[in-house]
Amino acid sequence: MNSHIQVKNLNVFYGKSQALKNINLEIPRNQITVIMGPSGCGKTTLLKSFNRFIELDEMTRISGQVKVDEQDIYARDIDVTEVRKTIGLLSQRPYPLPMSIYENVAHGLRMHRMKKGKNEFDQAVQHYLQVAGLWDEVKDRLHEPATSLSIGQQQRLCLARGLAIEPEIILGDEPTSALDPISSQHIEKILMSLKKDYTIVVVTHILRQAKRLADYVIFMYLGEVVEAGTAQQIFEDPQMERTKGYLSGQF
Amino acid sequence: MYHNSTNNQQHTESQSEGRFSRPSIPSRINHERRARKVFFFITLTPIILLVGIIIALVIRTWPILEKYPLKELLLGTVWKPQKGLFGFFPFISGTLWVTLVGIIIAVPPCIFTAIYLSEYARQITRTIAKPLLDLLAAIPSVVYGVWGLVAIVPLIGNHISPFLGKYLGFIPLFSSENPTGYSILAGGIVLAVMIAPFIISIIFEVLSTVPKGVREANLALGATRWQTVHAVVLPKVIPGIGAGIVLGATRALGETMAVLMVAGNVVQVPVSIFDAAYPLPALIANNYGEMMSIPLYDAALMGAALLLLIVILLFNIISNLILKGILKRSWG
Amino acid sequence: MGLKKHWQRRHVVEAIFKYVMLISFVLVLACLGYILWTVFSKGLPSLTWAMISQTPKGGYYLGKEGGILNAILGSLYLAMGGTLLAVLIGLPIALYLQTYLRKSHWGKFIRISLDILWGIPSIVYGAFGFSVMLAVGMRSSLLGGIIVLALLELPIMVRAMDEVLQQMPKDLEHAALAIGATKLEVALKIVVRQMMSGIISAILLAFGRGIGDAASVLFTAGYTDRVPTSLTNPAASLPLAIFFQLSTPFPEVQQRAYASALVLTIIVLAVSLGSRWLSVRLSKYSIK
Ligand SMILES: Nc1ncnc2c1ncn2[C@@H]1O[C@H](COP(=O)(O)OP(=O)(O)OP(=O)(O)O)[C@@H](O)[C@H]1O
Ligand SMILES: [Mg+2]
Repeated sequence: MNSHIQVKNLNVFYGKSQALKNINLEIPRNQITVIMGPSGCGKTTLLKSFNRFIELDEMTRISGQVKVDEQDIYARDIDVTEVRKTIGLLSQRPYPLPMSIYENVAHGLRMHRMKKGKNEFDQAVQHYLQVAGLWDEVKDRLHEPATSLSIGQQQRLCLARGLAIEPEIILGDEPTSALDPISSQHIEKILMSLKKDYTIVVVTHILRQAKRLADYVIFMYLGEVVEAGTAQQIFEDPQMERTKGYLSGQF
Repeated sequence: MYHNSTNNQQHTESQSEGRFSRPSIPSRINHERRARKVFFFITLTPIILLVGIIIALVIRTWPILEKYPLKELLLGTVWKPQKGLFGFFPFISGTLWVTLVGIIIAVPPCIFTAIYLSEYARQITRTIAKPLLDLLAAIPSVVYGVWGLVAIVPLIGNHISPFLGKYLGFIPLFSSENPTGYSILAGGIVLAVMIAPFIISIIFEVLSTVPKGVREANLALGATRWQTVHAVVLPKVIPGIGAGIVLGATRALGETMAVLMVAGNVVQVPVSIFDAAYPLPALIANNYGEMMSIPLYDAALMGAALLLLIVILLFNIISNLILKGILKRSWG
Repeated sequence: MGLKKHWQRRHVVEAIFKYVMLISFVLVLACLGYILWTVFSKGLPSLTWAMISQTPKGGYYLGKEGGILNAILGSLYLAMGGTLLAVLIGLPIALYLQTYLRKSHWGKFIRISLDILWGIPSIVYGAFGFSVMLAVGMRSSLLGGIIVLALLELPIMVRAMDEVLQQMPKDLEHAALAIGATKLEVALKIVVRQMMSGIISAILLAFGRGIGDAASVLFTAGYTDRVPTSLTNPAASLPLAIFFQLSTPFPEVQQRAYASALVLTIIVLAVSLGSRWLSVRLSKYSIK
C-alpha cells in the first residue's frame, strides 16, 4: 500500500486520561479513509493529532509519531503552520471567517503569499469555489459577508477555503453532521471527486455514509484501533467481534 | 424588609416539621406577595439614586447657571471666585489633558496584555494574573497618589522632563518650563496604571466572546497565532475594545485623590505635558472647605461635579450599551 | 516536502508580537510590584506601635507625639457601617434581580443603572452627599460618611452578587420550587446558603473599595483627631490622614503619611486575599 500518513505508537492523554492507546496505522494515498467508532472512542482526537490541533489544548500529552511522507510532523524542526497548510481540516460545523465570501477564499492565499495581483486572486477564488460547487450560487454576491450564506453553503465555502491553499491531505470531522441531507450529499459528491488529487480522511457516525465514501476503513473502540482495512474487507468480512457488532448496529 | 425575611424563615422551618400539615397556603402566598413588594421598592434604589444625584447637583448648580451664560462658564479662563469670575476652562482642559495622556499611555500595553492573556498565555498564567490584576484594581487611589509622589514626580522632575525638554523642547508639547515634576505627565502615568486592570479585564472579556471555532478555522489554514488575532479576532472586537477604552477614560476623568496629589494644581491652560494641571475633581476636593464663604463658590464647585457627571454619564451609557450588545451577541 | 521550518516574515512578526505582549504583561505586573515596594519600603521604617495605637497628640502635625488610631478606627467604622448598610439594600436587590427580573426589561434597566452608578466617580458621590446633608441640615459626621459610602459601594456589591447568583445551579432551585417552596423562600434560604462564598466575596470587594475611598468621605465625614463615639461625631479616615499628613511641610509628618499608606495598603491586601481564601474555603461546602 502506498501510504501517505503513517502513525506509529501514538498515545494521547488528556491530563491523566488516555484518549488514544498505542495507535499504529497507515493511511493510503489518494483514497478516502473513513474512521468509525462509537462516541467518545477517540476519532476526533486521532484526526486532531494529524494536524497538530491536539496541541491547542494545553492539557494534552502526546507520544509516538505521525509521519507524513516519512517526515515526523512532531519533530523539533517542523513548522506547525506548514503542517496545517499541507493538511487541511473541514470541521464539524462551518466557521466562516468574519469577512466576505471572496475574502474567505483569498485569505489563506494571502497569508501564505501564494498569489500576486488581483487577476491571480480572482482566478483562484473562482476556481476553488467551482471545485466546491459553490460558484454559481455566489458569483453575484462575492463581496457579501460569508455569514449570509446557508449552513450548507458555508460548509462548502470552508472546503473551498481549505482547498485554495493547496493542501495534500484533507481531514473531515463529521463534516456533514450539521447539514441537511441535500447539502450532505453535495459534500459527499465533492469529496468523491477530490480523491484523485488528495488524500482524504473522514470521521463519520453514519454507517451508510461510510459505505458510500470509504475506500479504506478504520474502526476504533475506546481509544484503540480495533480493525483497519479496505472497505470491502471491513464491511463484508469483518474479523473482530466488536466491528461486527458495530456494523450490525449494536452500539 | 428585615422583619419580612425573619418571618419567612420561620415559615420554612414550620414546613419541615409536618410537610402535609403545613399551615395555610394562602397566607404564605400573601406573605410572598408582600415581601415581593418590599423587595421591589428596594430594587428601585439604584434608579432613585441616579436620578437623585442628577437633581441634587442641578439644584445646587442652578444659582450660577442663572447668573452667567453657560458659554462664559465653560470657556472662561479666569478663575477668581472672590471677584465673581468663574471660568472653568483651565480645569476642563486640565481634566482632558490628564485623561488623554493617561489613556494614551495605558491603551497599548493594556491591549497587548489582554491579547496575551486571552490568546497566548497558559491557563496557569491566567489563574495567577487574575488575582494580581484584582489587587492592582483594589489599591486605593490615595496609595497611588503616594506612589506617584514618591516615585513618578521625582522621576519626571529630575530625568524625563530635562531630557525630553533638551531634545524635543522646541515642540510645545514637550517644552519643560516646570522643573518640579508635578505635571500632566505624572497624573497621566498614575492614571494609566490605575485604569489598566479595568481596561485589561474588559478587553479580555470582549476577546473571549470570539468563538474558539473561528480561531481554529484560521489556524487550520496554517496561520500563526498573531495572524489569527489580527485577521479574525480583532476585526470582530474593535467596537468592544473602543468601548472598554472609553469606560477606562471615564474612570480617569473622575479620579480625584491620586491626580490631585501629583498634577500640580495650578490654574492655567496647559500646553505641555510637563505643565501642571488642575483637573475638575481636584478643584472640588481642594476647595470644598471655603466654598460656603464666598458667594456662588459652592454653586461653582457643584457645577464642576455636575459637568463631570454629565460627561461621564454620556460616555458611560454609550459604551455600556455597546459592550452589552457585544457580550450578549451570539455568533453564527 | 517543505514541512521544515524556515523563517518567513510571518514567523518574525509572530515572534515580535509575542515578545511585545509578554513585555506589556510584565510591565503591568511590574507596576503592581513597584507600587507595593514603594509603599513598603517607605512606610515600614516609620511604622511604629505608637503610630497605630495612639490618637494624635497636640502638635502631631508639626511632628510631635501621637499616632493615627483615630483614622484607623474611623476608616473601619466608616467602611463597616457603609458595607453593612450596602448589604441591607444590596442583597435584596441582587436576589430580586435573580428571582424575578432575570431576563426582563426591568432587570436590564436596573442592571444598566447599576453599571452607570458604578462609573460615577466618588467625588460626585461626595458632592451629592454634601448637597443632601446641607439640605437636611446635617453636619459632617460618621453617619453621613457611612451613608455616602453605602451608596458608593452599592453598585459594586450588587453587580458582583448578581454575577455570583447567576452561577447558581438551576436544578437545585427548580427542585426547591418543585417541593412547594415559594420563590422568595428559595431565594433566601437556598440561594443565599449555596452562594454564601460568592456573596461574601462581593461584600469584601465593596468593603475594600469603601475603606480606600477618600473623595466621598472628605465631604461627608469630616476629619477629627478624636475617635468617634457616636454616629453624629465627625470621623477621620486613613486616606484623608495620608493626604493631610503629606500636605504638611514637615518630613517627620510625611514619613508618617507613608506609614499610614502602608497600614491602609495592608488592610486592603488582607481584605482582597481574605475574600479569595474565604471563597475557596466556603465553596467546598456547596454542591457543585
Ligand atoms: N479537551 C479534552 N479534555 C479532556 N478530555 C477530552 C477532551 N477531548 C476529548 N476528551 C476525551 O477523550 C475521549 C475521546 O474523545 P474524542 O472527542 O476524540 O471522541 P470522538 O470519537 O470524536 O467522539 P464523538 O463521536 O462523540 O465525536 C473521550 O473520552 C473524551 O471525553
Ligand atoms: Mg468527535
